[in-house]
Parts: sequence; structure tokens; C-alpha cells
Amino acid sequence: MFYVLPRFNYYRPNSLDEVLKLINELENYKILAGGTDLLIDMRIKRYTPRNIVDINRINELQYIREDNEYIRIGSLTRLQDIIESNIIREKLPLLYNAVYNMASWQIRNRATIGGNLCNASPAADTAPPLMVYNAKLVVSSINGSREISILDFFKGPRETDLRNNELLVEIKIPKPHIHGYSYRKIGRRNAFTLSIVAIATYVEIENNIFRDVRIALNSVAPKPVRAWSVEEYLKNKRIDREEIYKASELVVKDISPISDVRASADYRRKLSIILIRETLFEASKITG
Amino acid sequence: MKVRFILNNREVEVDVDPREILLDTLRYRFGLKSVKRGCERGECGTCTVLINDKPVYSCMVLTVQVEGQRITTVEGLVNDDLFKKIIVSFAEKGAIQCGFCTPGFILTAYALYRIKDKPSIEDILKALEGNLCRCTGYKKIVDALTSIRS
Ligand SMILES: Cc1cc2nc3c(=O)[nH]c(=O)nc-3n(C[C@H](O)[C@H](O)[C@H](O)COP(=O)(O)OP(=O)(O)OC[C@H]3O[C@@H](n4cnc5c(N)ncnc54)[C@H](O)[C@@H]3O)c2cc1C
Repeated sequence: MFYVLPRFNYYRPNSLDEVLKLINELENYKILAGGTDLLIDMRIKRYTPRNIVDINRINELQYIREDNEYIRIGSLTRLQDIIESNIIREKLPLLYNAVYNMASWQIRNRATIGGNLCNASPAADTAPPLMVYNAKLVVSSINGSREISILDFFKGPRETDLRNNELLVEIKIPKPHIHGYSYRKIGRRNAFTLSIVAIATYVEIENNIFRDVRIALNSVAPKPVRAWSVEEYLKNKRIDREEIYKASELVVKDISPISDVRASADYRRKLSIILIRETLFEASKITG
Repeated sequence: MKVRFILNNREVEVDVDPREILLDTLRYRFGLKSVKRGCERGECGTCTVLINDKPVYSCMVLTVQVEGQRITTVEGLVNDDLFKKIIVSFAEKGAIQCGFCTPGFILTAYALYRIKDKPSIEDILKALEGNLCRCTGYKKIVDALTSIRS
């Protein structure tokens, strides 16, 4: 054995109620969903939780449902089930594209959407699409449930708004209006790679005017971010090549990239500008 | 902790510490040496096994988590027709050099062909994203797998 996992007590509750009771009582615990982040973090001793609460038996957290207002995804839904869902492919194409480009088949068969969000990596790939869809996160504890906008959920690298006794149970996405969209993920290679920058761009257009513009990026700040400055600049303007060029430069106000093993800060800044342009062109169906 | 599961069509029981990973259980307790130890962090694919017919990395699964599940390694497929077709195609097309990645590729390909008998090249490339080969450069592996599309 090259890497040995630290010792822990293992709990395998059978219902959501049991999970909530357990995490209310236990100190120093970690939830185990797909384990594709957690087990590696434990191996490198970033985390050494005394207790592991395995939620894989909680089938009630695995679903993709649609009602009049929302598309609802259970937190334990596997990434592979997300890309195999017609609801997601047809109604939430940005999420479909993002998840399609995540990790590998083997990982997507285990990794969950809840794990990707709660791990709160600045490079989390489900974040940009969910941020442009203004998703809400439903979290529960023994005291009840509350909703957090995904725009307030991430606090910094590996930090979220979750309280110690709370579990993420559902991702609730308001059904989007008719919109144009474009997604790009740039990594060090084409497949099976973490993003240097990933971007989700969403536009609502009426009479050649941007009625709504929403853009989110990951890996360019301590947490995934919206490009508010670009969005504000373009809202209610006519679709115009020059304006898109001007707007794209504004993204540097919204991001604060660092240099790391994947790319330099400067490269990320330049890439962000170019990707904003390209995705806006594609989303509004004009050629650059 | 006692864990019962189906391993290559046989019911088995082991008594493991919760921190034991499936990769170690398969190699050390069952002697299944087709399951290779590579990166141990989900990046190389050589420890791929099938859980309920789906490919996963055995380095990222705790053995206690497979209670009641069905695990398949290449040792369990030696009499399977689809499996034979795949290994023959690998041999004929020269899709093997050192062989270290081969069991992982075979299992992933097997899982793909179980759900699609005529996968497109894109389907094949997509399915194999998570298996790395440092010798053949993938061309021959993809040639082998396209040669058996029915
Ligand atoms: C080789 C490799 C490639 C990868 N590629 C990508 C990629 O391309 N893009 C990307 O974004 N990520 C990638 N990842 C990271 C990882 O696979 C994803 O973040 C995955 O979605 C994590 O989900 P999980 O279910 O495995 O989480 P786990 O590892 O089980 O959990 C992650 C964290 O979230 C907590 N948690 C999980 N579920 C809940 C819940 N319901 N409520 C509260 N807390 C919870 C856990 O306690 C833990 O702290 C990759 C990982 C590897 C190893």
C-alpha cells in the first residue's frame, strides 16, 4: 500500500433522517458521497476526519425531476446520470455541456453533483452553469431546511455557507426562458482534465437587444464568479461586435486569478477576455 | 467490518477495516492481479473494475461500500464471448505493448459494448477518456475497438 487512508469510524445510515441526526451529533466528521475528492484529500492528509458518514444508501437523494417552475436534482445524483438525462440535455444545455466535459466515465459513475458543489473547489465545473441559471441550493438539518442562492454558497477555496450540521439535499434550478448559450472549458489537454478556465454564457435577446446577460467563470478567483461588470455593461444594449469587444475587457474587474501548476494569472486573464468574446458571439449567433 | 458481495459471479465475504480500498482487497485478499495499482488518485484508469456493470476506479472505492454489489474483473470474463472478441481484436491490431493498462482498457471497452453494440468513434474516445496508455498512443486501441463494431 503506497498511500494508506487514515483511520476513521464508518457510518452507513439508511435514511435522510438518520443522516441528519448523525451529523448533528458527530464532531469531526465528513460526508462521503462519490468519494472522488474526499478519499484523495484523506490520502494526502489534507483531511483526517475521525468519522465518515457514507450517504450512498440514501436513494431519496438521487433524482432529476421537473415541475412547472423548477428542475430539481438530488444532491447524490451521479454526474453520469446527469448527462444521460433528457431533461438536462434539453432544458439545461450549459449544465449538460459542463458535466459532459468533467473527469472521465469511471469518475462520473461515482462522483455526485452535491460533492462537486460542497467540495467548493475554485475549479468546480458544475458551478458556472448553475450560477448563470441562478440555481438555489436546498440544505437540511434536524432543525429544518433552508435555501441558499448558489451565488452566496461559495465562500472561498473549500469553504461554503453550509453549517456544521447541514447536508446539501437538492439543487433547484428555475426553468430558463428561451435563451442563447455557449460553454467552453480550457484545460491542459482536451479531455479528462481540470479547467484552466471554464465559462458558461447565457443571453436573452429581444429585437436584437440583450435583455439579459449572465456569465460565470471558474478557476479565475478564489471561488467561481459571475462576470457582473460585463453583464451590466451589455444589458439593454444592441448586439454589436464592438460593444462585445469593449465589454469583454471589463471581466478583469470581476476576476483575481493566481498562477498555479495549470497556468499563469496573466494567461488566465487573457483567456477570460477571449472566452467572453467568443461565447457571447456564439450565444448571440453572430460571427466574430 | 464484514462485507459480502458478488465477485466474478461468486458470493464472497471479507472482514476489512473501513479504510481498506477495493483495489487492495481485490489484489491482496483475492489475488486478482489484473487490477493494477497505478496512480492511486483516479488519474490513470489501470485499476478499473466494473461495479454492477459500470466502470469505476477501484482505488477510489472503500471495500465496505461494495456490500451487496456485483464486482467484475477480467478474471471473471474469460469465458465471455464479448470479452473474447475484444481481447482478440487487441491482439490482432497490436493494441498492447507493456500491457499494464490493458485490463483497464478491456473492462472499459467491455462496459461500452454492453450498452452499445455499434458505438461511434466519438463514443469510443469518450468512453476511454479515463484510461491512460503510455505506449501505444491510443491509435491501435481505437483501431481494435472499431474493428469489432457489429
Ligand atoms: C482524476 C480526477 C478528475 C476530476 N475532474 C474534474 C473535472 O473535470 N471537473 C471538476 O469540477 N471536478 C473534477 N474532479 C473532482 C471531483 O471528481 C468532483 O468534484 C466530484 O463531483 C466530487 O463529487 P463526489 O461525490 O465524489 O464528492 P466527495 O468526494 O464524496 O465529497 C466532496 C466534498 O463534499 C462533501 N459533500 C459531498 N456531498 C455532500 C452533501 N450532500 N452535503 C454536504 N457535503 C457534501 C464531502 O464531505 C467532501 O468534503 C476530478 C477528480 C479526479 C480525481
